[in-house]
Amino acid sequence: MSKRILIVDDEPNIVISLEFLMLREGHEVRVARDGEAGLAAVRTHRPDLVVLDVMMPKLDGFAVLEAVRGDPTLAGTRILMLTAKGREAEQNKGLALGADAYMAKPFSTRDLVDKVNALLEQTD
Amino acid sequence: MITTPLIILTSFAYLGLLFVIAYWADRRADGGRSVIAHPTVYALSLAVYCTAWTFYGSVGMATQNGLGFLPIYLGPTLIVLLWGSVMLKMVRVSKAERITSIADFIASRYGKSQALGGLATVIAVIGVIPYIALQLKAVSWSFTILRHYPALHMPDTAALPLWHDSAFLIATLLAAFVIVFGTRHLDVSERHEGLVAAIAFESIVKLIAFLSAGLFVTFAFLGLGGSELPNAFEQVRNTPLLEPLMAPKIPHFPDWIAITFLASLAVILLPRQFQVGVVEISNERHLRRAIWLFPLYLLLINLFVIPIAIAGLSLFPDGRVNGDTFMLTIPIVLQQPWLALLVFVGGLSAATGMVIVETVALSTMVSNDLVLPALMRRWRRRPAPADLGRLLLNIRRGAILAILMLGYLYYRLAGEAYALIGIGLISFVAIAQFAPVVIGGLYWRGGTREGALAGLSAGFLVWIYTLLLPSFAKSGWLPMAFMESGPGGLDFLAPLALFGLVGWNEITHGLFWSMLANIGAFLLVSSMRAPNVQEASQARIFVDALRQHHPSSTALWRGSADIADLIALSERFLGVERTREAFASYARSRDLNTADALPADAQTVTFAETLLSGAIGGASARLMVASVTQEETLGLDEVLDILDEASQIRAYSHELEQKSQALEAATAELRAGNLRLQELDRLKDDFISSVTHELRTPLASIRAFSEILHDDPEIALDQRKRFLGILVSEAERLSRLVNQVLDLAKIESGFADWRTEEVCLQDIVEQSVQAAAQLIADCGIQLTVQLPPEPALVWSDRDRLSQVLMNLLSNAAKFAPAESGRIAVRLRRTDSHWQLCVSDNGPGIAEHERELVFEKFRQTAVGGTKPAGTGLGLPISRQIIDNLGGRIWAESRSEKGANLCFELPAHHSDRPRSDIQD
Repeated sequence: MSKRILIVDDEPNIVISLEFLMLREGHEVRVARDGEAGLAAVRTHRPDLVVLDVMMPKLDGFAVLEAVRGDPTLAGTRILMLTAKGREAEQNKGLALGADAYMAKPFSTRDLVDKVNALLEQTD
Repeated sequence: MITTPLIILTSFAYLGLLFVIAYWADRRADGGRSVIAHPTVYALSLAVYCTAWTFYGSVGMATQNGLGFLPIYLGPTLIVLLWGSVMLKMVRVSKAERITSIADFIASRYGKSQALGGLATVIAVIGVIPYIALQLKAVSWSFTILRHYPALHMPDTAALPLWHDSAFLIATLLAAFVIVFGTRHLDVSERHEGLVAAIAFESIVKLIAFLSAGLFVTFAFLGLGGSELPNAFEQVRNTPLLEPLMAPKIPHFPDWIAITFLASLAVILLPRQFQVGVVEISNERHLRRAIWLFPLYLLLINLFVIPIAIAGLSLFPDGRVNGDTFMLTIPIVLQQPWLALLVFVGGLSAATGMVIVETVALSTMVSNDLVLPALMRRWRRRPAPADLGRLLLNIRRGAILAILMLGYLYYRLAGEAYALIGIGLISFVAIAQFAPVVIGGLYWRGGTREGALAGLSAGFLVWIYTLLLPSFAKSGWLPMAFMESGPGGLDFLAPLALFGLVGWNEITHGLFWSMLANIGAFLLVSSMRAPNVQEASQARIFVDALRQHHPSSTALWRGSADIADLIALSERFLGVERTREAFASYARSRDLNTADALPADAQTVTFAETLLSGAIGGASARLMVASVTQEETLGLDEVLDILDEASQIRAYSHELEQKSQALEAATAELRAGNLRLQELDRLKDDFISSVTHELRTPLASIRAFSEILHDDPEIALDQRKRFLGILVSEAERLSRLVNQVLDLAKIESGFADWRTEEVCLQDIVEQSVQAAAQLIADCGIQLTVQLPPEPALVWSDRDRLSQVLMNLLSNAAKFAPAESGRIAVRLRRTDSHWQLCVSDNGPGIAEHERELVFEKFRQTAVGGTKPAGTGLGLPISRQIIDNLGGRIWAESRSEKGANLCFELPAHHSDRPRSDIQD
């Protein structure tokens, strides 16, 4: 069953690769280029899972995460943080704010796909 | 006319007047309205320096060697200039330590030594008694001469019976006078108001008498008093007799200097001068007036010496009349009885003034420094009488009588041997022996008790040998052969030519050898050991007197004492009333209600000792206080600790203050340095964090696409191509980034190579535009270039400049909107610079970001899309332009879009290279 996936990242090439991977898995994919657009997309399209970058213009990934987790109507949205900020402190911050998973760039495409699928299975 | 009863009556009337003045001044002082607390009175009292020796003797000396009398007044006039320091120091110390006499001063300075006080007293008494004899002789002579008026009669040397001898009567009378006014109070530091008032009055009388005689003689020369004097003068005018006076020249120079020096010492150190100058001074500010008024007095009293001497020699050319009597014999021979009587009174005042003060001073020294120490030794075995004060006063009275009688005795036995002047100068040399220990003690801390004893003894012995013994020989008591060939025929020991020293007069000779022995022994013996506790503590008080406003003994005392014992001791000397008063006022000064409440601590013991010092002298007071207290011996270290404590604490606190300031400064510096380091550390962390972030991003793309291509061989060809294109560009981006990071690090660390040369900016612009043309054209951007016709020369690095321009161009291309984008490159001249701007019609840079764009990895997002840059272009450009001596900035523009400019100093190719900023 196809799932709705939102990719929020300002790096065009990363978006291309993520989009390709998600489409290949048979998911429905939407893309946002910054935090604000990302949050708006979450509200309007209710994705099952968001692949969220941290360093973005306008609104960073943590802020988007907080906003989503603070909105009860969005409960059940899976969030996978994907960032070049690989430090443990940031990872912990992301998890503490309610991210479901956290992956550092550069990432393994297989791990990413597995993680996404694992998270999506939980939504069933 | 002048009869013996008239003279006696006049003398008594004069002494009676003195008595009244002294009594009146004492009463005024008791009523708190002191007459002597006035600078003029102080200066006049100092004129006690001018004795009968001055009054009669100056003229006598002038008849013999012209200006020879002058140094005796020149010395004081010169030394007075130093009173602001030397005398002030002595006054300060003496007030603080309640010093009673010159002997007390010396004893106090060297650890309050009784032996030293005793020796100084002996020297003073022996040295001064001939001087007192001289005064008695003057009064006696003047009486005898005047008694025979109008006949001219020289006193004969035959001894008269005691009761007919006017000198004896004068001596007795003066003793009575001095006893009444000199021993009213025991505490001599409480000043003899009446005595000083009388002395000041006497100074006025003798000056008036002298000036009267001088004016009379001057008028007589002018013929106003008959033709006798002018006629007599005409007769001797060109004889050798008047030569020293008519063509005065400075006599033998060493003698002149020696006597000037001697007199300058005597005017401070003579017991009577110390008494009026130091002990009796009521306010140290009075010194200021004395500094000019005293020399003025000396000038006035010497004004008519030469005219009077000329007159005398004119009137008595045969030498039958002694020059010392001219003051009196001239009025007599010119038939001026009243002037003669006035001169007699003037001479009387000069003599009595000296005798009164001198005996008061000497009697204090004798009682405090000779008799009392002897009595104290006796009291160790036998209890002392209860009223020590009365005993002490009686001792003093006895001493006054004894001193005057000794003076009389000396006059009877030896007074005829020498001219008046000779006796005076011999006394001066004896008193000058105090100079090394007194002056040295005020400025040198190293003097010791033994040193002072040795110096005084050596000087005094040489004085006896070179001056006293010869004077005895001249009186016929010693064989004259002894004078010429020395004892036992040892020529080099001849008293008047010691070690073959000839060519000076005997005073200069005696002064030289005695001073040499004195100073030599003082320095040598003092140098044999360091000053002990007592000496060091006293040295501090004396030497530092001007530094501390109220010098006082540091409480250098530790032990146990009973306040009642101290009060009882004081009462025995000072009486109940005065003791109570003194202790009560001291208690008040320490904020205590009653004297009994005083703690018997070091300060109180020191106070009691100082109080007693005023009565019995420092050395005796110390022993007295020690007898009623148990003093613990203080080790040298402890004393030095106490002495140095105050100054050390001051020094330490000053040092601490400085150190703490230095520490504060250092702390602030360290704090600033630490902040800077933290900041640098943070910047480094940020930089590393930024760099890794920037590296991770292209790496993430590369890895993702590599894996995609690797895992999935079935991807469509066009997609595969697209992915490979991304791979290539991301790899390029990665390597560009790595290069730029390294480049930036290189520039920042200062290791970058700069190849500066003359560069033409037009060339750079054209070159860069060509290189960027493809990129710009691909984006569909229109490029305009405006260049001035003249070559824009700068001294710069060609490659680096191209790098900057490329950065600016690619930046502009990145932000200019695709298809409708426009980029303009403009080069223009400002005053001394070339300015190059690259503008675009992109979104522009917000005001607050204009500086931020030059920070590393600061990328401006355009419309939510991340530009494909490294974020290092502008920071590197700024580093380069800074290094080339120019500046780079982002400018606001009226129209939309960003405008980035840099400027560099214009270079003139004809200028030598060294002038160029690179």
